[in-house]
Amino acid sequence: MTTIETPLLIPTRSARAAGVTAFRALLARDLHVLVRNLREFLPRTLLQPLLLVFVFAYVFPKIGQGIGGSGAAASAFSTMLVAGVVGLAVLFQGIQSVALPLVTEFGVTREIEDRVLAPLPVDFVAIEKITSGALQSLFSAIIVFPIAYFVPATPVHLNVHWLILLTLTPLACLMCGALGLMFGTVFNPRTLPMLFGVVVLPITFLGCIYYPWAALAPIKWLQIAVLANPLVYVTEGFRAALTNAPTMSLWAIYPMLIGLTALFTFIGLRNFRKRVIA
Amino acid sequence: MTASTNPDEVIVTENLTKVYPGDILAVDGLDLSVHRGEIFGLLGPNGAGKSTTAGMLTTRVLPTSGRAIVGGVDVVAHPAQAKRLIGVVPQSNTLDRALTVYENLYFHGRFFGMSAKTSKTESLRLLEQFRLSERASAPVLALSGGMAQRLMVARAVMHRPSILFLDEPTAGLDPQSRIALWEILSELHDEGQTILLTTHYMEEADQLCHRLAIIDHGRMLALDTPERLKASVGADTIVTISTDTPDREAFAARLRSTIPGATGAVPIETGVRLEVQGSHGVLPAVVAVADEAGVSISDLRLDEPSLETVFINLTGKDLRE
Repeated sequence: MTTIETPLLIPTRSARAAGVTAFRALLARDLHVLVRNLREFLPRTLLQPLLLVFVFAYVFPKIGQGIGGSGAAASAFSTMLVAGVVGLAVLFQGIQSVALPLVTEFGVTREIEDRVLAPLPVDFVAIEKITSGALQSLFSAIIVFPIAYFVPATPVHLNVHWLILLTLTPLACLMCGALGLMFGTVFNPRTLPMLFGVVVLPITFLGCIYYPWAALAPIKWLQIAVLANPLVYVTEGFRAALTNAPTMSLWAIYPMLIGLTALFTFIGLRNFRKRVIA
Repeated sequence: MTASTNPDEVIVTENLTKVYPGDILAVDGLDLSVHRGEIFGLLGPNGAGKSTTAGMLTTRVLPTSGRAIVGGVDVVAHPAQAKRLIGVVPQSNTLDRALTVYENLYFHGRFFGMSAKTSKTESLRLLEQFRLSERASAPVLALSGGMAQRLMVARAVMHRPSILFLDEPTAGLDPQSRIALWEILSELHDEGQTILLTTHYMEEADQLCHRLAIIDHGRMLALDTPERLKASVGADTIVTISTDTPDREAFAARLRSTIPGATGAVPIETGVRLEVQGSHGVLPAVVAVADEAGVSISDLRLDEPSLETVFINLTGKDLRE
């Protein structure tokens, strides 16, 4: 046996091919865990959007406190809320499926040490996390959509722009996966409560879920301030893809989603490297 | 020197050095060569640089300077390639908590490019070999420390690495699990597995390792077989004399000059440690010298030189400190 011969059980292949195989196997492991834990994944993913739509678009109109009044206005609100709810689900999934496990794997179990020994460059171990998070975000968008569509008491009128929907959805999911990677490498078990209490809370409340961005015009400073919120581009993007309502320009949404994905990936990879290689 | 030309050298390091931020010199110009099929030990106290060395050889720590070649691959230049050739059992339990015992092996095989079928057969075979078959579908959190350790070793050897690294493999294990692990490592060695382990347990190093590097403050102090390291002490008997005499220095000097065959005597905390070549008649002689010097002896013990003796001679301190 010479020094670089690969064992007989494993086909001899180039480093690149071995890396691709390892990447796929890491993804397969994540999806296996997802399916295994579906009983936890589903309530965790569905409950928040369900409550949100139920209270805002079912209870409120029924008890006469419908946002936007009643009838056509209430219906417009339900329609507007669909994009917000789906966007929120995508963002939450990115954080829950990437950031939370990473914080544990880095800080408590050190499981990451083994994952990093898989035969592929360390950067790709992190990129796999983003990919896996994006897939789980996509999955949650798909299962949350019917809730936003069917639960409201007033009819939802969607106008699907397929080209936008099919290009924007993967982009939004990737951005949320990258955001999850960045958060996962920035927070540790001690500071984790801060992630939800101080970071995620304003992101969701000021993420244009319950109102379109254009509607913030009377509060100009807020309308500008929320541009720093990545969720805004996701919800506005979904709104552009699913309705005819006026939204932020697509010329702003797409570049921002791409730019933020790149930024979060860059920071996430840098931090990831720093944490796994001394 | 071209490190990768000798196929019998599984690990070669040249002047391997690691300085952590804050100018902490963890490993200082280490030159190592580990041969195919041997069990090689890095022995030293906590903080000696053993884990940092293992970390550099397994791509998890970037050397500040120097070179490390594992299985013919430069670990700094080609870490992804090097990772295919190494198996690692780290100090802490890094098993995948989201998976079962069997799945930990199955997915490991898949990460390393095994087909689904091969990975399945190999996982089952390893569970059998490491006596874990009954726990195959248990979550890994349900395993005892010893079982978790066995599973980590099984996982590390599954892809048939050129070299198996174990970082303090028996730290925190109960004595039974420790012996079970030693047996497993001996079996793996019989199958031809090259093994590098770090340890601060003398007995472990003595029992398992064919060659040992004794490390302290990031430097290699000695490198040889346990037998030859012990022989290097130059004495076949160590006499530990317990006494509360205040001037142990003088007593040691007196012993060294008077006892026949004495090769060394050093004051230690509880008395004096005397090294003698030829133990015949040494006890009465020691007692006689003590009597003459007016030193009262509370205990006398004879031992063969151990790695501990070697370590104390090299560093002037106890490995347990």
